[in-house]
Amino acid sequence: MSEIEDSQAQREAIEIDRTKGDFKYEENYAFDAGIGLSEKVINYIADVKGEEPWVREFRLKALKTFTDLPMPTHWATEDLKNINFDEIRYYLSKGQKASRTWEEVPDDVKETFERLGIPEAERKFLAGVEAQFDSEAVYSRMKDEMAKLGVIFCGPTEGLRDHPEIFRKWFGKVIPIGDNKFAALNSAVFSGGSFIYVPKGVKVAQPLQAYFRINAENFGQFERTLIIADEGSEVTYMEGCTAPKFETATLHSAVVELVALKGAKIQYITVQNWSANVFNLVTKRGVAEEDAEVRWIDCNIGSRLTMKYPGVVLRGKRARGEVLSIALANDGQHQDTGAKMIHAADETTSNIIAKSISVGAGRSTYRGLVHMPKTLKSCKNNTECDALLINEHSRTDTYPAISVRGQKNSVQHEASVSKVSAEQIFYMMQRGLTEGEAMSLAVNGFVNDLVKEFPMEYSVELKRLIELQMEGSVG
Amino acid sequence: MTTLSTSAGNILEQATQKSLTQSLVGHDWFVKLRQQGWKKFNSLPLPKRDDEKWRFSDTRSLNLDHYHLPAIPSDESVSPLIAQSQFISKVSGLIIHIDGHCVLRPSISPELAAQGVKFESLEDGIKHHPSIIKEFLLKHEAILGGSKFLALHQAYLKSGYLLHVPKGVEVNDPFVSVNWTLTEGAAVFPHALIIAEDRAKLSIHEYNLSAKPNQRALAISAADLYAGKGANISRFSVQGWSNETQSFEIANTCGDKDSQISSVNAALGSRRARLENTVRIDGSGADVRLYGISVANGEQEFDQRTLQIHQAGQAKSDLLFKNVLLNKSRTIFSGLIKVAPDAQQTDAYQTNRNLLLSPEAEADSMPGLEIEANDVKCSHGATTGQVNPEELFYLLARGIPLPVAQELLAEGFLEEVLSKVDNEESAAIVREMFRQKFHQS
Repeated sequence: MSEIEDSQAQREAIEIDRTKGDFKYEENYAFDAGIGLSEKVINYIADVKGEEPWVREFRLKALKTFTDLPMPTHWATEDLKNINFDEIRYYLSKGQKASRTWEEVPDDVKETFERLGIPEAERKFLAGVEAQFDSEAVYSRMKDEMAKLGVIFCGPTEGLRDHPEIFRKWFGKVIPIGDNKFAALNSAVFSGGSFIYVPKGVKVAQPLQAYFRINAENFGQFERTLIIADEGSEVTYMEGCTAPKFETATLHSAVVELVALKGAKIQYITVQNWSANVFNLVTKRGVAEEDAEVRWIDCNIGSRLTMKYPGVVLRGKRARGEVLSIALANDGQHQDTGAKMIHAADETTSNIIAKSISVGAGRSTYRGLVHMPKTLKSCKNNTECDALLINEHSRTDTYPAISVRGQKNSVQHEASVSKVSAEQIFYMMQRGLTEGEAMSLAVNGFVNDLVKEFPMEYSVELKRLIELQMEGSVG
Repeated sequence: MTTLSTSAGNILEQATQKSLTQSLVGHDWFVKLRQQGWKKFNSLPLPKRDDEKWRFSDTRSLNLDHYHLPAIPSDESVSPLIAQSQFISKVSGLIIHIDGHCVLRPSISPELAAQGVKFESLEDGIKHHPSIIKEFLLKHEAILGGSKFLALHQAYLKSGYLLHVPKGVEVNDPFVSVNWTLTEGAAVFPHALIIAEDRAKLSIHEYNLSAKPNQRALAISAADLYAGKGANISRFSVQGWSNETQSFEIANTCGDKDSQISSVNAALGSRRARLENTVRIDGSGADVRLYGISVANGEQEFDQRTLQIHQAGQAKSDLLFKNVLLNKSRTIFSGLIKVAPDAQQTDAYQTNRNLLLSPEAEADSMPGLEIEANDVKCSHGATTGQVNPEELFYLLARGIPLPVAQELLAEGFLEEVLSKVDNEESAAIVREMFRQKFHQS
């Protein structure tokens, strides 16, 4: 085989199944804020949602911050310059109220989510589901027993309007407007997302789930999530994201804030499978109070460029933070992911395990921050990042930043880069596996210990997504 | 030469820079090189806090005001410092600078001279071997953030040495270079130009010291190292400037096919010391080892930036930087391994270990990788922590007081790197210098 054919075969062989999310329906929206970003757009969104003046002011202030902040290209990729903020549609929705029963959901939207398997999943193993179609949730339902226990599961508009005493205190506090340019953008035009409150001592056994779907071209999705787990409570939240393949780039920029009060546990699971022209620029951060635990489980398979560094601010004694991350970068993709652990109390511990796979000309990047200031005692961090490079021109970068002071604090960081060894493949092929099967097995083995951390249904799906159907020769 | 030394003015004044051109008449290319440096220095801003290449550094206290080019030292001050510069008994050559003036020109044995070995002050080198200097001097930019400082070094380039070992010549005894600062407010710009041609072998030990412990000084050093095919270079560099010195060193090393390069940097002195060490591996089979050790005390800041560039495949590089931190000191380690798209079968490692012996000290670590080839073995590790409590307990249980026990363990921590120094006398001197640092407040 010639070199070109060879690499072509490899490329085909490693193409993963993205077809499940690649379909779209005609656009007919009742609410459309038009194209481009201006105060007019902000006011339109605030009017449509009937928001209180303070929310409108919050949005307008954020718009100014967004305009003032420079693109962070002094450290981030130049690809960010390809986002044209004037060509994006910032708000599109079919209605203002999410349906409570599946039957009420408009047919095309219903079909969209049925094809993605949402109601089926809900029946099987979820405590509550929210499905967002472009800017607004089209379906939101939680099991009645959860509501009886006082669990609140709604969107930001309802959350800030109906339960300000709970949500206003934390809204924009974990991630302030000026945190970064894209957090500011989200703060200006946010719509949709989940606001969740779990009362003291309530342990939500089954996960709550949100499903994010972009259907319209040139659309920007800016959901906003705030989860508050009150003292001693526990909750698991899962999100999935898909979009059809468009001709032009689409923007997804979410802000997710988690608050785990004393002794609470929050687990946040993401399986991101945007189509390969979505800019996925997300800010995620949690606060963990005394004895609380925040755990991010993050899997990035889709998008053109993902920049996402879930963080935990360990504010209370013995708080624990964890980030488990899997990234798969194929041709034309850049997965720029990582984690931040800000230790702010004694005896706090954090753990980061990140694994990335670069395929074809894909590029995966790990960026990390671990911070322990001088007033602290007995904090620990462990970081491991491993990269697997499949093809000759696959690329991986690692840029951790670790800053340690204080007493009896310890930090360890390890990273390695490797490829699937020819011997491994040979060994498996000798036992009757095809080269593709062998490759797929090796790659799944590489991420296996992390995939195990996902709930069953997700780990099966993940394995399928990561499945590499190798036909050509191994690089 | 005397004219230049008497007109010693502030280094930021153009007149001071111009005064230098009076020496080296007839070497216009060199004068031009300095002028280019001066122009570049003035065109570049000082690093700022949000400059990624200066992340964690205390850029606010960067200050180049009030430093001057010192005059030629008096004979009374020269002889005791020469006497103090005899660190290694058996050397291939010794060169000594005080305040940037060469006070001891190296003399090498007739055998080495007959083999074509050159060890000369930079000024003599410019006069005697301009073609070598032109070929190798300052051929690389400071890509790790220190461009402005390297430009100033270039503008005032005068002191330093040329060490050139021709093809196939192996020199076993080390060459030694000692730089002293003597005058309050002195600015020195020593340069090391080290060339080992194909299959040549050399060892160089450099001591950078101050005559008085609290003297204010600015030292901007640069080193250019070239290892030809199969060449072997071993370099030990001791940064022992006074505690009121701001020091910057920008080192560029190129290793050709099958070359072996080992460099050990020991950091003891300076209020702030920044080391930028870039290694380019241009040929397969090269084996490069980079080591660094420091004991930071008081409010010292040691800022270490390294870059291992693998242009060619089938080569190896290994880096180990260890820091011990006392009081309110701070160390920054920022390292990057870059593997070019075709540099397959690269083995590259990078390790940074920091031992925090004070709750107010701060260790920042940024070990990075940029890998564009798939058939590589690359890893990095960074740890920051205290002495092992079990080891400490063991020593305490045997009646050893806590500070002594900690010091013993810290010395053991440094020994891993000190044992790589190729000359035991030199290692012993630096071991003792480190030991004294534990007792400074």
